[in-house]
Amino acid sequence: MKRDDFLKHVAWTGAGVAWTLSSSGLFESGRAAAAGEFSFVQISDSHIGFTRPENPDVAGTLRATIDAVNALPLQPAFVVHTGDVTHLSKPEQFDSAKQLLGGLRAPAFVLPGEHDVIGSPAAFAAAFGRKDAPDGWSSFDRGGAHFLALVNVFNFEIDGKLGSDQIAFVERDLAAQKSSTPIVVFAHVPLYAAFPPWGWTTEDGARVLAALRRFDAVTVLNGHVHQVLQHTDGNIRFATAASTAYPQPAPGAADKPGPLKVPAGRLLSVLGYRSVEFVGPAAVVTDRSLTVSSG
Amino acid sequence: MKILSSLAMAGVLASTGQPVAATVHVRNFAFSPATVTVRAGDRVTFVNDDDEAHTVTAVDKSFDSQGLDAGDTWSHTFDEPGTYPYFCALHPYMRGEVIVK
Repeated sequence: MKRDDFLKHVAWTGAGVAWTLSSSGLFESGRAAAAGEFSFVQISDSHIGFTRPENPDVAGTLRATIDAVNALPLQPAFVVHTGDVTHLSKPEQFDSAKQLLGGLRAPAFVLPGEHDVIGSPAAFAAAFGRKDAPDGWSSFDRGGAHFLALVNVFNFEIDGKLGSDQIAFVERDLAAQKSSTPIVVFAHVPLYAAFPPWGWTTEDGARVLAALRRFDAVTVLNGHVHQVLQHTDGNIRFATAASTAYPQPAPGAADKPGPLKVPAGRLLSVLGYRSVEFVGPAAVVTDRSLTVSSG
Repeated sequence: MKILSSLAMAGVLASTGQPVAATVHVRNFAFSPATVTVRAGDRVTFVNDDDEAHTVTAVDKSFDSQGLDAGDTWSHTFDEPGTYPYFCALHPYMRGEVIVK
């Protein structure tokens, strides 16, 4: 087992949320998933169209991610892509991303990142718009949990803003949920202040977090920062996801954010995806790199 | 005027025949220089020297480069006098302005 295989290994206690790690690309924590159990997968930040040396084959690494997800022994109920599916919002980049994501066995939906709405959200909406989410955001129930899929990249001058219409939607939506219902929230930019100097925050995220306080267990899953960052705030567990394209520096570890070059042999170890299983009320979150363990 | 004629003599002419009055480099997540002053009708060129993609997007929406990948160049002609603040839509804390006399 190689240490490179590990993206994160954190076990949380309380509120029934456990974070585990698998090194081999398979879920093998000793608690094999029973048939019929519910899981979903998060992938993020594929940047289709990116051609720089940090990853000259972003289509290839997205394809590798999709292959790994398709090979999971427990197929996810759905796959969410939490944004920056393209690098520059170009139609051909959306076409390519859509074609690649079409290779997933599980149904998938995509939330936009700021790289997907350059100039206008029209190209994103044409490729990945959903009838059940005319404004871009939505909620749904699945596997005993309640999900909110939010968009915080639609503001013209601020990346990381939900806006009053969306916040009102969230407040109305959550008011109808029982406090014991597990809540899962998706959005591209971190909903908490992960690192504001680099824009890794949602300006009006606190209003949504306030509406999430009364629930027993809340899991907020974001992208944008191209690495797994974890944060706990009372009943709310936050985790950003690895990119399928290239890593970025840890907060404050460089002058600026941006693509981080790692030795070619290490790239797959810093790219990855995440699966989340519900075992009863507990969400088990597993981050996996694209490295195939050599055992 | 001196700047214009020296650039024109140096052969820095846009395809429209207009001289490029100023060049702004996008470098290390900043526009440099952050403020440029040109004359009405002048053309300003933006060069993305960063490893990261950026945009040049007017606050008043009067111009927008769309996504500029690393190494890309984009130009805009400023016909009307005024002050035009702009930002990068991907990193909105990156700010600059063009003053047109």
